[in-house]
Amino acid sequence: MPFIPHTEEEVREMLAVIGAGNIDDLFEEIPSELLIDELNGVPDALTEMEVSRLMRGRAAEDRGALCFIGAGAYEHHIPTAVWDITTRGEFYSAYTPYQAEASQGTLQVIYEYQSMITALTGLDVSNASLYDGASALAEAALMAVRANRKCKSKRVLLAAGVAPVYRKVAQTIAGSQQLQFESIPLNSNTGTSDLAGLDDGAEPPVAVVIQQPSFFGTLEDVDRLCDWAQERGALVIAVVNPTSLALLKAPGHWGTQGADIACGEGQPLGVPLSSGGPYFGIMACKEGIVRQMPGRIVGRTTDLDGKPGFTLTLQAREQHIRRSKATSNICTNQGLMVTAATIYMALLGYDGLRRVALACIERTKKLCAALEAIDGVERAFSAPHFHEVVLRLERPVAPVLDALAARNILGGFDLSKDYPDLGHALLVCATETKTDQDLDAYATQFEDVLQKTRAKSA
Amino acid sequence: MSELPGDLRYTKEHEWLRQEEDGSVTVGITDYAQSALGDLVYVELPEVGQEVSSGGEMAVVESVKAASDVYAPIGGTVVEVNEMLADDPEKINADPYGDGWIVRLQPSGDGDDTMDPDAYQAFIDELDE
Repeated sequence: MPFIPHTEEEVREMLAVIGAGNIDDLFEEIPSELLIDELNGVPDALTEMEVSRLMRGRAAEDRGALCFIGAGAYEHHIPTAVWDITTRGEFYSAYTPYQAEASQGTLQVIYEYQSMITALTGLDVSNASLYDGASALAEAALMAVRANRKCKSKRVLLAAGVAPVYRKVAQTIAGSQQLQFESIPLNSNTGTSDLAGLDDGAEPPVAVVIQQPSFFGTLEDVDRLCDWAQERGALVIAVVNPTSLALLKAPGHWGTQGADIACGEGQPLGVPLSSGGPYFGIMACKEGIVRQMPGRIVGRTTDLDGKPGFTLTLQAREQHIRRSKATSNICTNQGLMVTAATIYMALLGYDGLRRVALACIERTKKLCAALEAIDGVERAFSAPHFHEVVLRLERPVAPVLDALAARNILGGFDLSKDYPDLGHALLVCATETKTDQDLDAYATQFEDVLQKTRAKSA
Repeated sequence: MSELPGDLRYTKEHEWLRQEEDGSVTVGITDYAQSALGDLVYVELPEVGQEVSSGGEMAVVESVKAASDVYAPIGGTVVEVNEMLADDPEKINADPYGDGWIVRLQPSGDGDDTMDPDAYQAFIDELDE
């Protein structure tokens, strides 16, 4: 949809009709003390040529290193067709259009996306996406409080394997509404949540968040955790990796009742790593609580002539109608990323996504075996895992990663900052993008780096 | 011209109140309100046992074009909610003073700023001018 600005003459005509002298008059009611003359910290404008040069320089810093970092964002093969189609002019708009129903194609893409997400999560309804996985968790927690009105608690319990950055973002967004986030202890042998270590006498939580696979790559006993939470009157929020859902049990089928809300990072579905974003957040829920779900929802309907069409539904919850009582301040979505994800899923199909997931597991197993064979490296946890695994080293992880980076290998995620109790713990990931040669190269370099650091400190 | 039963009290927020024999008060929204909202698609009901204060939010009625709060016309405790509205919100459109009732309150004696039918009629006549 083209954006055509008004001509000077049209602006004059419109101002004359409403009796305003100029456009600034329309903003008169803003108190003068709120107006600022300059934005601190914003650099001077650059020309197109200067911006291009700056961006080329920045892009060159992503120098195509061999990447074994996961920790929430994953490198996958993206068929060329995905972004060829996504960046066509007809799709290349970041938002749900304001005159939504005028853009039937855009709405249909979102509708197809929602259908695919509900199929993957085993839940009834998906929204059109949120900003990213972490903010989706914050929104899911706020949603759970609204939906679980019988429970007066503002306590949200997080399984041990919820990503630390998700917890921080959720705390930042939802903390101002007095939600408290607490963690279930980690079983340091299995790498999963330890319900036995929990004080069961505490106030029952309003919601329990279960991340599957966990941040450590391990697989939680989701059926047990889900039942445990719901027996205590809590809603269950699943944080999931969409790729893994082609293999693992869908959140809607966890335990006896299924998770109530599922959210997660959509990036693995066709979105490149690209220095950290833009990504998109997935969110789906059971039908009974759909009115508490933030974000846009596209529905399929029939027009007056009986022809099928697509439309935004449940808009009455949104802020342009509900004002301060809106379900959330999100009336938009990551349209472009969702378009890419929809095309990615459509191209791969269910079997293709399943093959990606299986290949990731196989690659990670192989990498893990090669690294475990190295002296001074052991697996930290016994629980089964998906495509990430925690290794424990004898020495600090950071110097090892620095040395590997100097050899153009991004060797994994150092857990010691967020989890000092785990010792020198390293989280590594291998997706289907890694060949046997890549795994060999990593193992060889890794061993060499360990030997050199050992020799240095000896 | 909307229908206004003579035995009810009314509020400026377009709610009606019926004094029941057991001392409780049934509350709904007026014919004028349902007609202004259009086809209702959802009603968010309070929990039985919930305390409401006069003028506080008690329920939400959502139509295809708007969602509006229903305020408690008097303070009290919710003793019953119209569960039928969960599946059948359009009952409010079809029969606002009958099957479309929303909650039954046990009054706490807090606040009663209601009007008789004539005063409410005058109030909405003024709105429509």
